Amino acid sequence: MMALLTVNEALMDAWRTFKGDKWKKEIDVRDFILNNVTVYTGDESFLQGPTEATKTLWEQVMELSKLEREKGGVLDMDTEIISTITSHGPGYLNRELEKVVGFQTDEPFKRALMPFGGIRMAEQACEAYGYEVSDDVKKIFTQYRKTHNQGVFDVYTDEMKAARKAGIITGLPDSYGRGRIIGDYRRVALYGVDRLIEEKKKDLRNTGARTMSEDIIRLREELAEQIRALQELKEMAASYGYDISKPARNAHEAFQWLYFAYLAAIKEQNGAAMSLGRVSTFLDIYIERDLQEGTLTEREAQELVDHFVMKLRLVKFARTPEYNELFSGDPTWVTESIGGVAIDGRPLVTKNSFRFLHTLDNLGPAPEPNLTVLWSTQLPEAFKKYCAKMSIQTSSIQYENDDLMRPEFGDDYGIACCVSAMRIGKQMQFFGARANLAKALLYAINGGVDEKLKVQIGPEFAPITSEYLDYDEVMRKFDNVMEWLAELYINTLNVIHYMHDKYCYERIEMALHDTHVMRTMATGIAGLSVVADSLSAMKYAKVKTIRDENGLAVDFEIEGDFPKYGNNDDRVDSIAVDIVERFMTKLRKHKTYRDSKHTTSILTITSNVVYGKKTGNTPDGRRAGEPFAPGANPLHGRDTKGALASLSSVAKLPYEYALDGISNTFSIVPKALGKDDATRVQNLVAILDGYAKKRGHHLNINVFNRETLLDAMEHPEKYPQLTIRVSGYAVNFIKLTREQQIDVINRTFHETM
Amino acid sequence: MNGFIHSIESCGTVDGPGIRYVIFTQGCLLRCQYCHNADTWDIGKGKQMSVEEIIADAETYLPFMQASGGGITVSGGEPLLQIDFLIELFRRCKQLGIHTTIDSSGGCYTTEASFQQKLDKLLQYTDLILLDLKHIDEKKHRKLTGKTNEHILAFARLLSERNVPVWIRHVLVPTVTDDENDLHRLADFIRTLRNVEKIEVLPYHQLGVYKWKALGLTYPLEGIPTPSEESVEKAKQILGVK
Repeated sequence: MMALLTVNEALMDAWRTFKGDKWKKEIDVRDFILNNVTVYTGDESFLQGPTEATKTLWEQVMELSKLEREKGGVLDMDTEIISTITSHGPGYLNRELEKVVGFQTDEPFKRALMPFGGIRMAEQACEAYGYEVSDDVKKIFTQYRKTHNQGVFDVYTDEMKAARKAGIITGLPDSYGRGRIIGDYRRVALYGVDRLIEEKKKDLRNTGARTMSEDIIRLREELAEQIRALQELKEMAASYGYDISKPARNAHEAFQWLYFAYLAAIKEQNGAAMSLGRVSTFLDIYIERDLQEGTLTEREAQELVDHFVMKLRLVKFARTPEYNELFSGDPTWVTESIGGVAIDGRPLVTKNSFRFLHTLDNLGPAPEPNLTVLWSTQLPEAFKKYCAKMSIQTSSIQYENDDLMRPEFGDDYGIACCVSAMRIGKQMQFFGARANLAKALLYAINGGVDEKLKVQIGPEFAPITSEYLDYDEVMRKFDNVMEWLAELYINTLNVIHYMHDKYCYERIEMALHDTHVMRTMATGIAGLSVVADSLSAMKYAKVKTIRDENGLAVDFEIEGDFPKYGNNDDRVDSIAVDIVERFMTKLRKHKTYRDSKHTTSILTITSNVVYGKKTGNTPDGRRAGEPFAPGANPLHGRDTKGALASLSSVAKLPYEYALDGISNTFSIVPKALGKDDATRVQNLVAILDGYAKKRGHHLNINVFNRETLLDAMEHPEKYPQLTIRVSGYAVNFIKLTREQQIDVINRTFHETM
Repeated sequence: MNGFIHSIESCGTVDGPGIRYVIFTQGCLLRCQYCHNADTWDIGKGKQMSVEEIIADAETYLPFMQASGGGITVSGGEPLLQIDFLIELFRRCKQLGIHTTIDSSGGCYTTEASFQQKLDKLLQYTDLILLDLKHIDEKKHRKLTGKTNEHILAFARLLSERNVPVWIRHVLVPTVTDDENDLHRLADFIRTLRNVEKIEVLPYHQLGVYKWKALGLTYPLEGIPTPSEESVEKAKQILGVK
């Protein structure tokens, strides 16, 4: 009885001025936000610069970053201790100065050992940087403990392995963590861990009392693991001297509690994308209260944000060079979604929305956290302008169309990875990388024979033998190839995610979800613009095949001109739209693991380079080995009618058929935005508003001159913080491989005179 | 109604207010030594496009125009050479509520009755004219462009009488158009006009030189640098740029 009273008292104290009831009775962070948010419609003039402590800490970080670079990209790695929520003692950058504490291991920049996804991947990651996983760990994970990777390969069929090898389905999370799951880290701050454990225990009691079917058994085991993970979260926080069993009582605690929850996730999982969710407006409520109560100043509030963001910039994983080829520049996708508009019409912009973007000034530009503005034409004008200004200044922000996503995902969703919207704490996804449709088109021409490996990969059917390609004939066969591919693709993903759940389950992230979540099977498409242009060439020009000694079409000659995707020309844009709809429709025919909902994305991250490498000459004139365009972009240099024509083509792709997101990366030279700073800001706002109205989904904005990048290639030391948006995320330019740097430089830079 | 079109830019940000759909028409009478679109000189070449075709395309950019306070700008080449086409195009634009701008050097302006009648009609549908005053000195104008400036100044005066909003533009080329005395004379002339909303000094650049070479022409301003920031500032000050 006594203990219960204490709990209530703690709640009363922590929630002392907060309004609303529903969120108190059940876990409902959204309801808390809508009841307590202070919308801010003013400009950025209230923002404060960095404190001395912030400057000192950031200098330390820059120094360590330099050492890391000099050591070839990794400063230190743990080769002994298997990373878990509680595996490492506390780690600090500078204990006296840090307002927010906690690292993945016991030292900053030391990468953790995470073998549950696959021991070979962990070994190779170490070897690539001159380290070796300890014999004990190797033994455990080869003799006693199976990994996700092993499970997948036990089950893969020959056909799946062949498709993977040929690269028609590729980038699959079968040897690394799938990621893309966003825990609702805010729950820890708002409710404290004890309440969350209590709720999960209740759910466990209510699960499967009568019927023990396979799915109920699995769920009960998962819930038990979730509860265990929450206990470990408390333990980990306690090692830093914090008791997070109760709700946070002030802003400082709210930041710290929330960060501990996120830290537990990145200690447990080396997921491809470990996104943060939508925390800035939530945290603003705590800051506002402290400001009102006179216990915090604006300067201190900014310091909290700066220190929190600094931690997010230091998330690090041990990864192999092959992995970096797919996802270059060491990204972690600590995606934070900022802004957006509530269903009731109020913009969810707070002073903290500004403070988060302001870290780009206080700490300088950086690729992480992946700052994502949920853009709506209804956002306050001052905030729109501030975003545009910071984009022009730093090229570190991406934009996603809240007006498009809100009807699908409500007003408390976040972006996982680059472009995937998910209701926070209510929805998770099975990340599925992507199918290479450009290669599928070549299979249609060559009867399922791979143009690079010269072996039968797809089903054996009659190849096209005519000298000139007939659009209708190719389309018919291509449709069949896509049919085959869709089935194989979904089946492959089912295998992967079954095994990931089994051997590499995201305990703490799922503990911070509702027990019953919506799951999506997030497939993806690569090579869309290559396919659209190829088909357009067949339809509007003449495409002659050039065959090798075995009659395989290995090259193509185009006679005449044809409309190209990226010029706002319906003749070809409609082909791109059709391909997306067709492929999605085919995917939907197949049963998915855990009855997840089929979605797809048009997003390649930086793997457009690798996919291009694995794909032969294509009928659009692209040479073998050359990169695809990233995401849904037109191919480099083919969009010749200016920036808006290019944007308009991409905006035609139907979001309803690609709910996992449509990525567009846009580079423009400053001069092309207008003659002076004010005009540039105004025009960039208009471009974003216009793109939103045209139902475009996602836009990466880069504003710089090609010369800057060329100079950075030659003198990387001069550009330690040069950040560019590539495809749904940002990278530190100098961390890209040379090949990828060249790819970025070759992309279309919109420059008008 | 068809026009001879050199090219179209969907995201123009320097030719009028906001974001503009810029139509570069084909054909010009002037042969300015600094022209950065020398490939638009020849009359009767280019791609033929109908008004409806252009309107259908331009309409798709309405969200961007509306968000930025932009519209359509017809540049060139010399748009007024295709005045019938322009009248029809702008009439349709105004039906759709699109802001219309002509970027002209006035090189084909005449007082001939038929031209004047058409001009009357065109001005009904025109919101703004960007008028290039290339040189105030008649002789130097002739040297720079191959034509006199008398009718161009007459055009400017007519627009003033009609009260058509105008932005005056002057390309600043070191040693060619940056003489302070000339700039003062130009400023004096501009002060006699009552319809000038804005004055722009455009610093000379060499980005169009490759086009001269591609056309097999000798670039007459070879070796002339872009103007210094100080001289641009000076010119702005003299011309009264705010």
